[in-house]
Amino acid sequence: MQRPRKGSEQTLDTGLWEVEKAFPDQVFPLGAVHEFISNAREHAAATNGFMAGLLGRVVKKGTAVWVSNKRTIYPPALKNYGIEPDRIIFIDLWKQKDVLWAIEEALKCDAVAVVVGELSELSFTESRRLQLAVEHSKVTGFIHRYAPKNENITACVSRWKISALASSVNGIALPGVGFSRWNVQLVKVRNGKPGSWQVEWAAGHFRNIARPTFSITETIKQKAG
Amino acid sequence: MRRYVVIWFRHLKTDWMVRRQPQLKDVPFVMAAPERGRIVIKAANAVAQQKGIDVDMVVADCRAVLPSLQVYDDKAELADKLLNGLAEWCLRYTPVIAIDKPGCLILNVSGCPHLWGGEKLYLNDIVTKLRGFGYDVRAAIADTIGAAWAVCHYGTVSPIVAPCHQQEVLLPLPPAALRLDAPALERLEKLGLYRIADFITMPRKALRRRFGEMILTRLDQALGCEFETLKPIHPAEPYQERLLSPEPIRTATGIEIALKQLLERLCRRLVNEEMGLRKCVFKCYRVDGIVQQVEIGTNRPSRNVMHLFKLFELKIATIAPALGIEVFTIDAPTVEAIAPAQDALWNFNEGGNGTAIGELLDRIAGKLGANTIHRYLPDEHYWPERAIKIASSLSEQPQADWETHKPRPIHLLRRPETIEVTVPMPDYPPMLFIYKGELHHISKADGPERIEQEWWLQHGVYRDYYCVEDNKGARYWLFRAGSYEQGNPQWFIHGFFA
Repeated sequence: MQRPRKGSEQTLDTGLWEVEKAFPDQVFPLGAVHEFISNAREHAAATNGFMAGLLGRVVKKGTAVWVSNKRTIYPPALKNYGIEPDRIIFIDLWKQKDVLWAIEEALKCDAVAVVVGELSELSFTESRRLQLAVEHSKVTGFIHRYAPKNENITACVSRWKISALASSVNGIALPGVGFSRWNVQLVKVRNGKPGSWQVEWAAGHFRNIARPTFSITETIKQKAG
Repeated sequence: MRRYVVIWFRHLKTDWMVRRQPQLKDVPFVMAAPERGRIVIKAANAVAQQKGIDVDMVVADCRAVLPSLQVYDDKAELADKLLNGLAEWCLRYTPVIAIDKPGCLILNVSGCPHLWGGEKLYLNDIVTKLRGFGYDVRAAIADTIGAAWAVCHYGTVSPIVAPCHQQEVLLPLPPAALRLDAPALERLEKLGLYRIADFITMPRKALRRRFGEMILTRLDQALGCEFETLKPIHPAEPYQERLLSPEPIRTATGIEIALKQLLERLCRRLVNEEMGLRKCVFKCYRVDGIVQQVEIGTNRPSRNVMHLFKLFELKIATIAPALGIEVFTIDAPTVEAIAPAQDALWNFNEGGNGTAIGELLDRIAGKLGANTIHRYLPDEHYWPERAIKIASSLSEQPQADWETHKPRPIHLLRRPETIEVTVPMPDYPPMLFIYKGELHHISKADGPERIEQEWWLQHGVYRDYYCVEDNKGARYWLFRAGSYEQGNPQWFIHGFFA
């Protein structure tokens, strides 16, 4: 895996300064395939929420194609993440093979801004094909793998795991459910530093929640040492 | 030297009805339509006419005369449509055909009859074939349209008027054969001029003064002194191209080359006419007489050779050339005008590259089926399942705004699933619920948001929605169907919040 040439990719202002620091050059890479993994239905919803937040930033500039098998996304909710749901084209398929074909075709089409793919299994070869497709077209791909059998190595630029966290309003115990809050784990990132953050989606923006200590990098270091 | 054939369909509409419903053949029936508050007969078949029922009579009167009379609705455009179809069919006899309403076709047959072996055989062929279809026709051939028309409608001797003999043939015919208007005919009859011979020798000045300019024009036209113009039909040329191969083609490469050539020709014509195709059929005629065909459709009208070729490319593998393919044809049964305004939707896209997206969707629809592609628009319903509708086309714009006032889950279950709950008291959110065998302790809750049934669409109980968060941080959308006052309501889970 070569590090992409500097300046060859567009960048995205995610509003997540802390998270962006983990990437090379401290920018969120566009024109690459990102992989998200979730194992429970609750976390799948959280993952899609986080993805939708990122998507909202990119789709402002274009059209999104959402390829999935067993789609559960409810389009009106996407409006809260800054996306016009009528600008997303959903492609619902049954076979894994067809999903991969459709994702690849969509990634090759440079008129599309983002392609979201929902499937469970993605082998290294398949992910390599997707990566090669985006290197030409500069389309951004988000692959959401729900309950994969094993978390194999892929050619994607990053691997995320998002899980839901209990909401709270500035630590004050107010009644009712607050803003969506997630534990964002960047498990793998090419040429970057993996890490873990707590992020909230509030009023149409990501907000980093300051946390006392502890991060994945430290645990990895500890293990290595 | 011009020759004209006039074909007269005496019972055009009723013959067509008999063709469709053969049991009507020997039954008196009419086709009628309302006119000034009465139902007036527009067409009557031969059996009804024998019983004294004719066009322009009122149906109620005819029913009194003949109680067994059957009445069908008359379609106003039917005669035009039939005549157009018949005119196109007659193109096999001559290239110049005009429609003369009601119920006549005029064919300019100059230079055609000798191909059938003479005028007699030619006319015979036309009449037999049309009678074979079930149409009661008369036809005549003459030097002028007027003479042919007169002989066709009123002639008794021979349908063929020899060249330059129209005057002799016209003399014994009634004045109506000259296509005159009703007042002139009435006046002629009043004066006892029952045959053309009675007034043809009268001074032209006198004729003009008594019967108008029309009678002179018609006489001149029938005799050939004045030229009468025709307005020939122009049948639409189908969007079709064919390619003959000198040797049978058996390889995929060969088929691809043929396809590309045909597409290039077809698209060149489409470009000239500012059209784009929506549907395209590629047919391969094999040596053994079997036809193999593949079909593609596009989301928006297209005339891009490369794109269409790519769509076909996915399907070329299904063609079995066997011993070889002799002839390739391509036709576009559905074409639409390409409107520049159609790109409007995609203009928000930097570079306005809507065609590229349309072509991507064509490829997907071509391989995986058009029903796999969805785009959603907001629909003005509170009921969550009905709040979205599928857009019928890629260019359809939302008519309403997307609602964002109320919390809606990012994942919505296709069908609500039942859960078991513990509720402290009615109208309170539950304390805990069991979903798929897993116990969730609820720590925070919002609600209820009551959504009533839309009684004009569906009956049933209302739903009270709660947005809840369990102690692990996961957020759910639950609802209670109905109230505790009306018995034991069911609880459901309907979605997951991010």
